[in-house]
Amino acid sequence: MKEVFKKPHALTDKPFHYCPGCTHGIIHRLVAECIDEFGVEGKAVGIAPVGCSVFAYNYFNCDMIEAPHGRAPAVATGVKRANPDLFVFTYQGDGDLASIGTAETVHIGTRGENVTIIFVNNAIYGMTGGQMAPTSLPGQVTTTSPYGRDKHIQGSPIRICEMMATLEGVAYAERVSVDSVKNVIAAKKAIKKAFQTQIDKKGLSIVEVLSTCPTNWGLSPQKAIEWLRAEMIPYYPLGVFKDKTTESEAE
Amino acid sequence: MGRKLLMKGNEALAEAAIRAGCKLFFGYPITPQTELSEYMAKNMPKRGGLSLQAESEIAAINMVLGASAAGARVITSSSSPGISLKSEGISYIVGSDLPCVIVNVQRAGPGLGGIQPSQADYFQATKALGHGDMHFIVLAPASVQEIATLTGEAFDLADIYRMPVMILADGALGQMMEPVDFEEKKHREIPEKTWACTGTKDGRPHNIVNSLIIEPNELESVLEERYKRYAEIEEKEVMYEEFMTDDAEIIVTAFGITARIARTAVTAAREKGIKAGLFRPITLWPFPTKRLRELADKADRFLCVEMNKGQMVYDIKLATECRKPVDFYGRTGGIVPEPAEILNELEKLTGKGKE
Repeated sequence: MKEVFKKPHALTDKPFHYCPGCTHGIIHRLVAECIDEFGVEGKAVGIAPVGCSVFAYNYFNCDMIEAPHGRAPAVATGVKRANPDLFVFTYQGDGDLASIGTAETVHIGTRGENVTIIFVNNAIYGMTGGQMAPTSLPGQVTTTSPYGRDKHIQGSPIRICEMMATLEGVAYAERVSVDSVKNVIAAKKAIKKAFQTQIDKKGLSIVEVLSTCPTNWGLSPQKAIEWLRAEMIPYYPLGVFKDKTTESEAE
Repeated sequence: MGRKLLMKGNEALAEAAIRAGCKLFFGYPITPQTELSEYMAKNMPKRGGLSLQAESEIAAINMVLGASAAGARVITSSSSPGISLKSEGISYIVGSDLPCVIVNVQRAGPGLGGIQPSQADYFQATKALGHGDMHFIVLAPASVQEIATLTGEAFDLADIYRMPVMILADGALGQMMEPVDFEEKKHREIPEKTWACTGTKDGRPHNIVNSLIIEPNELESVLEERYKRYAEIEEKEVMYEEFMTDDAEIIVTAFGITARIARTAVTAAREKGIKAGLFRPITLWPFPTKRLRELADKADRFLCVEMNKGQMVYDIKLATECRKPVDFYGRTGGIVPEPAEILNELEKLTGKGKE
């Protein structure tokens, strides 16, 4: 029988712990497929964050490090500087990357480390049970913004790709979504481009993936996908915000 | 015997680290460890290494975590307020069984405190630098030469026991110049870093460097194993120095630069007929408890001298089981005690020497 679909080699056999309808599983798979396609598993080191994807170290078949909350970019820098031949990626959520680890995120960009960041933005703290995230939308109800996020009290959500695009050392920044087959295919293309950026030593690459959290949004998986489309994409537009990959080294 | 060089303590530490095969330095500017960072910035690139100024103390210690996880010999240095910032990362490094060397060139605290020498981070270094059940080795040099020697030793200890080793210096030691000999020391046998994240090369199962163990029974057993390693260190790696303790009636206990000053006071006391001695712990963890307990049977009393409000004095009392009186004398806020002040205490406590 012809095999038409299989688990990427870069994923272990460990079953995911993610909630039903959560899109982390899709994103893990995309990252793993790209690792397979580039043939970099043997020299890859992944950095797991603190948050829902904290156990990512159990799911990826390459060497993995679990970083302190928000510090994955600094840990990745240490790995890459110790051994520039390694292929290094971080996998981080919005609380990790855009709140407690903002300084580390900005400065890995200023240094232009040859590292790839996979940034999963689901506009909420999932692991701790639905608190307001730096990316929670205006008016969004969470357990710590029970009356809805009010920009006069909690400030406005942060757009990471737009901010990172302003930094010299960031070579590639794209925001994608995994709400439809078409967008999943586009997301994989973005991750491949980001990986290629690292392989070509062009600087930091970041792919922000809009993701759902049905459990903590209080929605069914299908309604969650609809909410992502209706609420998140207008605030977080999809697209490429920075692409220096075609520039020559001449500068 | 090699050629002696005149160097600042901070510079000697950096040079010794490079000679120990350390290829990576991550730091953040802070007084009074500045010369160490600057020496690294100047010399690492010339000697095949890398010195990187991080955006914060927090980032620096996490770069250390990453580099160590990748199997490299790595060092970071800071001073008191910066070390506080590193405490999260240090706890993760301990929890992940990673080796590294951390330097604290202490200044006065709390808060921003002052920039003059201090030993007020003794508690922090030996008891509570990071959350959770944990220890790491703390070395307290007392001269520029000893800084150089102990730095080489620190890297070996870190690799052998897979834990951070802190060199607890102070602003005086860091800044003062003394002759130093970087004699090639015999290094210990270092186990292969089979746990490091160097890439599986598609040939071995993936390595995971991690401090998260969600299952309580599993975490408890990991901690039990780690504490067995701590017990081994307490058995094998204790270092201390004694001066005229054989017949001493009063023993001064002091570490680091304070011990140098106390030694002068002890010599002066002897000239005045006071049978004084000096006990200097070199490892602050593991603490030389056993030897102090023996000395408690011989001496009449102890005087603990520190550049703080009294921190190591509690360990002296515990080690001697309070079998003999333990007094304390200290200066703090960035003030270095004079030998005459310590001599005065010895005279008061023994009732001798005054006339």
